[in-house]
Amino acid sequence: MEKKSLWKKITGSREASLVIVLIVLCIAVTIKSPNFMSAQNILEILKNNAVIMIMALGMLCVLLIGGIDISITSTLAFAGMTIGMMYKYNKIESTFLGFLIATAMGAVCGLLIGVIIAYGKVMPIIATMGFMYIYRGFAYLVAQDQWAGADALGSFKDFTLSNSLSFGLINNTITVTVICYIIFFIVLKWTKFGRSIYAVGSNAEAAEISGINVAAIKTAVYTIMGTLAGLCGALATSVYASAQPNMQTSKEMDVIAACVIGGVSMNGGRGSVLGALLGALVLSVISKALPLVGINAIAQNTIKGVIIVAVIVLNVLTQRMMDKANLENREM
Amino acid sequence: MKKKVLSAILSVAMVATLLAGCGSAAEEAPAAATEEAAAEEAPAEEAEAPAEDAAPAEEGAAGGGTYAFVSKSAGNPFNERQATGFEEAVKAIGGTAIIQHPESATADAQITVIQSLISQNVDSICVAANDENALQAALEEAAAAGIKVCSVDSTVNVASRLTHVNQAGVTEIGQCLMDAVYDITGGEGQWAILSATSQAANQNAWIESMKEIQAADEKYAKLELVEVAYGDDEPQKSTDQTQALLQNYPDLKVICAPTTVGIAAAAKVLQDQGSSVKLTGLGLPSEMAEYIGDDDAHSCPYMFLWNPIDLGRLGAYTSAALVNGDITGAAGETFTAGDMGDYEIVTAGDGGTEIILGAPFKFDPSNIEEWKEVY
Repeated sequence: MEKKSLWKKITGSREASLVIVLIVLCIAVTIKSPNFMSAQNILEILKNNAVIMIMALGMLCVLLIGGIDISITSTLAFAGMTIGMMYKYNKIESTFLGFLIATAMGAVCGLLIGVIIAYGKVMPIIATMGFMYIYRGFAYLVAQDQWAGADALGSFKDFTLSNSLSFGLINNTITVTVICYIIFFIVLKWTKFGRSIYAVGSNAEAAEISGINVAAIKTAVYTIMGTLAGLCGALATSVYASAQPNMQTSKEMDVIAACVIGGVSMNGGRGSVLGALLGALVLSVISKALPLVGINAIAQNTIKGVIIVAVIVLNVLTQRMMDKANLENREM
Repeated sequence: MKKKVLSAILSVAMVATLLAGCGSAAEEAPAAATEEAAAEEAPAEEAEAPAEDAAPAEEGAAGGGTYAFVSKSAGNPFNERQATGFEEAVKAIGGTAIIQHPESATADAQITVIQSLISQNVDSICVAANDENALQAALEEAAAAGIKVCSVDSTVNVASRLTHVNQAGVTEIGQCLMDAVYDITGGEGQWAILSATSQAANQNAWIESMKEIQAADEKYAKLELVEVAYGDDEPQKSTDQTQALLQNYPDLKVICAPTTVGIAAAAKVLQDQGSSVKLTGLGLPSEMAEYIGDDDAHSCPYMFLWNPIDLGRLGAYTSAALVNGDITGAAGETFTAGDMGDYEIVTAGDGGTEIILGAPFKFDPSNIEEWKEVY
């Protein structure tokens, strides 16, 4: 009896099945590479994937309302490159100001996309595809065929090396990531705005009738996505001590993959912050583990793809079992 | 009805993105051509519509010809300096330069650019290839149209080119890097290579050459190359790969990264972790200035690169010599590359021919401050 209920618990939740996948992955890698779960290594994983993890939160909201945003890494590059050049030419010095400018730029970029999608009624994939080129183009224009290297970035790059935000407890990159996750968890679960996002995604017409301003919610969601992309522009510039106009090209696919692995529905209305977190972690562990376990360099991308597909298939099967179980409950 | 509207929107969007894509790739061309035309006081109409008729070959021959340069991708300082050098040299010989930066560092993007250059009827194409073999069809089409094709920086295969302008001989670079590894390790111990993509022609040639040099000389017998890792020229992936090298080989002494993105990412990892592993390779001075130093606080004692401006200039002079008929691209021929002096065409490792710019340049703590301002 007890065994059954535990089994039901595991198969009854997509998040739980993902946790198991994650644990199995970690154990498998640890067998090959014993230091894998060391504090240092975990820190490196989180730091090197913070950008993907944070943007997964924005993408979660976008997917929840049934949209998609493939312009995010262009926004990231535009914002990151801009502050990179500002540091290079000594226009600004303060680290905080750099983050503020990048985040604000991201917000404006996102707002523009949101307005065009929500009020111009343009399909999200088309609108963001256009902006993917536009913002990437801006990044190149700002860069003027230059990079901002470690030498040019001065003290800005030290931000992601220090633990100042958490008063010495843990690396700043991770503090920023954790703060973002806490905010999104609370907002999506317990605020009116958060619930409206789910409502719009589940059934936009019903939401409209029940008094939710659907266009405003959509605009807000794309603005949030842009804001996070801008923030990540500053973060990536600091983490890699380098701003290049082709920064993070095509990583938007990793962000979307993180959400999908985490059980976020591409049709809207379904998905959770925890799922996005787990999805991003699975991806991070895979990309960290592949070079460690000695898989041939040329085969690494293939293996990554196979694992992603396998995890998603597993996830879909879990979902189906859940639906079936729910139906059975109803019959009784 | 709804479907019709949708398909209309879709096609408009596709055309728009196509235009956007072409626009950014081609935007350099009119600018460069306009500048040239203005300098020569050419008729205004030629300056205004360089993309469509781009100084036809016959007309151009009088004014020195139209020489095209196709870089690896836009927005890379190294490529940009090559283009600057190319443009400078073309200006010096009184020709018209068309500089094209493909939007992404792929062979596909370069093929598109090359095809548009063929229809523009240029006299020569000088290309820094993103793929050794993938450009063959497009470049053969160019050759069939009477365009003189040479490669610079990263080569195309023998069938696609008349000759190749090499920044430094493959063996020279291999020897340079191998000596650096020997010197920094103190002559024995483990070392690893962090490369770009597994298809990058130049990287692979240097790695191959390093392996051969190591195997051929008893001097290097105590050095052990443990792994060749590929960071795909992405900071994120290069970081993962560097950390994996450190973890998998605790006795590692040196990482050699013959790629500008990889070396910067690795330098950052090593320096942040305070690792005792040292780094050398090929890097951009402005990107690497922070990491170059002799003490333990710096991860890279010294590294190499060549002068991209001179490389671009030699590419232009070679193009001009091919167009003028001074050379055909056969081994043994010599020509004068403007104020750069005389160069000889030699047989390359792949069976074709090449022109070698010179030995790689060493960047160390004594000169990095000066060079980081240059590029």
